[in-house]
Amino acid sequence: MSTYSLSDGLASGAPRTSHAPWLATWVQESGAGVAASAAWIAFGLSCLWWEDVGDWSRTHSLGIAAFVIAAIALFGTVGADYLGPAGRALRQRAPWLIALGAFLTLWEVATAKFAWLPLPFFPPPQSIIEVYTDDLPKLLDSVFASVKLQLGGYLIGATIGFLTGVSIGWSRAVGYWVHPVLRFIGPLPATAWLPIAFFTFPSSWSASTFLIALATGFPVTVLTWSGVASVSTAYYDVARTLGAKPSFLVLKVAIPAALPHVFVGLFMGLGASFAVLVVAEMIGVKAGLGWYLQWAQGWAAYANMYAALIVMSLLCSGAITLLFAIRDRLLVWQKGTVKW
Amino acid sequence: MVEAAFAEAIAHAAAGAALDIEQVSHAFDIDGAELPVLSEVSIAVEPGELVALLGPSGCGKSTLLRLVAGLDKPKTGTLREDEVRIRSPHPSRVVVFQDPTLFPWRTVWDNVALGLEAQGILKSQRHRVDAALDLVGLSDFRTAYPHQLSGGMAQRVALARALVNDPKILILDEPLGKLDSLTRITMQAELVSLWQRKGFTTLLVTHDAEEALVLANRVIVFSERPARVKADIRVDRPYPRHRGDPYLADLRRQILGLLGLDATW
Repeated sequence: MSTYSLSDGLASGAPRTSHAPWLATWVQESGAGVAASAAWIAFGLSCLWWEDVGDWSRTHSLGIAAFVIAAIALFGTVGADYLGPAGRALRQRAPWLIALGAFLTLWEVATAKFAWLPLPFFPPPQSIIEVYTDDLPKLLDSVFASVKLQLGGYLIGATIGFLTGVSIGWSRAVGYWVHPVLRFIGPLPATAWLPIAFFTFPSSWSASTFLIALATGFPVTVLTWSGVASVSTAYYDVARTLGAKPSFLVLKVAIPAALPHVFVGLFMGLGASFAVLVVAEMIGVKAGLGWYLQWAQGWAAYANMYAALIVMSLLCSGAITLLFAIRDRLLVWQKGTVKW
Repeated sequence: MVEAAFAEAIAHAAAGAALDIEQVSHAFDIDGAELPVLSEVSIAVEPGELVALLGPSGCGKSTLLRLVAGLDKPKTGTLREDEVRIRSPHPSRVVVFQDPTLFPWRTVWDNVALGLEAQGILKSQRHRVDAALDLVGLSDFRTAYPHQLSGGMAQRVALARALVNDPKILILDEPLGKLDSLTRITMQAELVSLWQRKGFTTLLVTHDAEEALVLANRVIVFSERPARVKADIRVDRPYPRHRGDPYLADLRRQILGLLGLDATW
């Protein structure tokens, strides 16, 4: 191809679009929405067109639900201008709706209709829906137990870690005693304590709380400490000449200055504590999503396992999102000084 | 009522304190070796004077300021504020550093309020923060964060943060050193008018002979490290001063000569 033919093509293409600019704009704005709608219609049809190879009760409802989503995608994006922020949000997410519809269609066809993927290891979408509708009480109980355990352990670990970190960063004497202990015990994965913890603690619940707190506490301690230690001495000098007492230096200078580091520790601790939570629930605690997974595996209830995994990932990402929201609120002053 | 409080806040300026620096010597320990930075420095500053400390870079001027502020203790010798020995920092002696060192997590207003908050009197004295911000002309920026300010504005906030405490001695460590030349000239004039209005004693460290002569009524020239007082020059000229004043130009030539730069000027 020579440059001549390229510019020729551009030149001939330009007037064509200018003949119907509204069509181009319409395709640009609503094309993805129409395609998303088509993808979800395909999913609905794939549910209803063929017979299921197995016995699932929610196939028909799932197909209808897919058509409803297809309708929402179509009218929501085409009429986005009349729907305000909701319409804009939907339009922005239309490409993801296409991908999701296509994936579900493929999944439906590959499992429930032609069984290209072996059953029961790869359950179809409708069987997972079935779990949510028919096994809801047990699933909710598990969610509640997991959240309770996680929240308790995380809050205890984060609080202790934060206080320890500030003390080590502030006081040389505390650092002398705590630092070697931290260095020796900290890098040990919290799950290594599991067998001992389940023997020594009065209940499996308190043992798991301890382990989750331990997994959270280590990164929070280390990062809080390094945050406090890296505060510029110029800040202390300024505060001291203005009449600040030591308590003021800790509470109003060291801690706010270290807060960005503390949040890095909180994020790391959250990730580590999820791992401990699931392992603890699989091994010792007789409740929670980890236990549910284990129980479902025992019954070869693969759909239940996928359903529980989806719930688990929603909870974990929800917790991370919540922590991000808290950080954005507390560290609003960082906006503009660092890239988020 | 509000106006009365405001007027009181301005007029209630603490007059300056006398500062006696007597036979002060100081040294740093660097890897076990002792590095002398100040050698038997004696300066008696009258209340309300504006004294410029001038000397070669790294001679120990800033160290002297830290001693006056009470941030460090001298190896030998004594420092007194109004006959009271200086042992620790006190809000009657406030430092403005070369970097504004505003707390980035606090708004402009909260930064200026820092001293009153640290002394536990902010609740009853909030009007003083507003008055100090007015004084430096930054009332419109009270809710801004430091990263949104220009260098000159940030240094003005640092000045307001110092002035809100009604210091008896204001210690300025090259506060205009990093500003562009236009902002510098404006801020020099602002400093003089603040000093004249408030009457605090001022110590100004600078490496700029012209700045020292435009601002100060006394210029103290230091030797190379370890710093000794080389000359103590009175500048008897009314304010506002003109940079082209032949009297000041003559003094400037003398001072640069003392600093070993006479050949170039």
